[in-house]
Amino acid sequence: MRLLTHNMLLSNIKGVTNGFPLLIEVEKVIEKPVDFNPDFLKNMFLKADWKALVDASRSLGYAELPEETPESSAIDSDDFLRKFHHALLELHLEEGALVCPETERKFPVTKGIPNMLLHEDEV
Amino acid sequence: MSSRPELKAPPEIFYDDVEARKYTYSSRIIEIQAKLSERALELLALPNDGVPRLLLDIGCGSGLSGETLSENGHQWIGLDISLSMLDIALEREAEGDLLLKDMGQGLGLRSGVIDGAISISAVQWLCNADKSSHEPRLRLKAFFGSLYRCLARGARAVFQVYPESLAQRELILSSAMRAGFAGGVVVDYPHSSKSRKEYLVLTCGPPSINTELPKAKLEDEESCSDDESSGEEENQTVCIADRHRPRKKQKTTKKGKGREWVLKKKEQMRRKGNAVPLDTRYTARKRKARF
Repeated sequence: MRLLTHNMLLSNIKGVTNGFPLLIEVEKVIEKPVDFNPDFLKNMFLKADWKALVDASRSLGYAELPEETPESSAIDSDDFLRKFHHALLELHLEEGALVCPETERKFPVTKGIPNMLLHEDEV
Repeated sequence: MSSRPELKAPPEIFYDDVEARKYTYSSRIIEIQAKLSERALELLALPNDGVPRLLLDIGCGSGLSGETLSENGHQWIGLDISLSMLDIALEREAEGDLLLKDMGQGLGLRSGVIDGAISISAVQWLCNADKSSHEPRLRLKAFFGSLYRCLARGARAVFQVYPESLAQRELILSSAMRAGFAGGVVVDYPHSSKSRKEYLVLTCGPPSINTELPKAKLEDEESCSDDESSGEEENQTVCIADRHRPRKKQKTTKKGKGREWVLKKKEQMRRKGNAVPLDTRYTARKRKARF
């Protein structure tokens, strides 16, 4: 699972008011190269939750993204876009878990696939 | 036609390792899925600017439909309830991120982040109550509600479905309407029982020029074998954006098939090449009740 997806996922367990972002427990991270596409990145920059992305990338071991939310002019910098690209699309959480921030319920991640199935009482 | 998979078992049980493999490696299925996905992507009417979008593949299974999305340059997130199917998607190196998820539990995605959603042959599974705790209406509500929220303004959702009945199609449509979607059904090749395909095209946001339904595909020059169309509607697209109530079931008053109908049928048979008796004044004559 890439951080692109993690940045969109939230916990919708019954009773949870703010299930975003999910915390990450890391066991195994791999890197897979992806073609660099500035148009897509500019589009995603507007949608991404920056803080969640930075925190997530740090837990995966990538500390190059700046903590403060960048200005919109930042997307003109190729250097910045490359770092953004790497964090968003090239880091994969293979094994570990996603944790609901409110209930601390764990969603295990195996072979890169998070198991987001809710139990009967969580729906 | 063999019985529908939805009637045999819930999807996570029906699509076990064996079935998942059979499904994915059948060249016929691969071809059909590719065609359906291409058409669904077409119906999404994404801007033709070459910018890759973030799409959702609902019920992505073994990644057959996702492959079409990747081939068109888009990023996608796929979700499916069957781990066996997702494992095969991994084997086939699907480029989208995969989630093991039950769409009837709500999609669990942030608001306004998805540029478009497709689903190939999956949404009808929502209409079955597989567990005692399932109530199809609630599941449809959770699904459509969460889908509406996560779609960006002006984004569309296109579902290729195989509804079991008119009632099932109505159930799906009305749940979508209640969630705030506008749109309708596009039926390709409506007169061929073999090629007929239904696409539910849903749009977010207020009706505008954008929500005009795309043109459906009609049969081409070679007519596909005509099954008995007893009063099937000529309109292939059903626009329900302004409907206030669910449409009534089609009533087919078969008050005896008149002479006209018989003559038409005989003409069809002749065109096919069958041996058909000549039309005389005795054709379709009223027989005694004893007949």
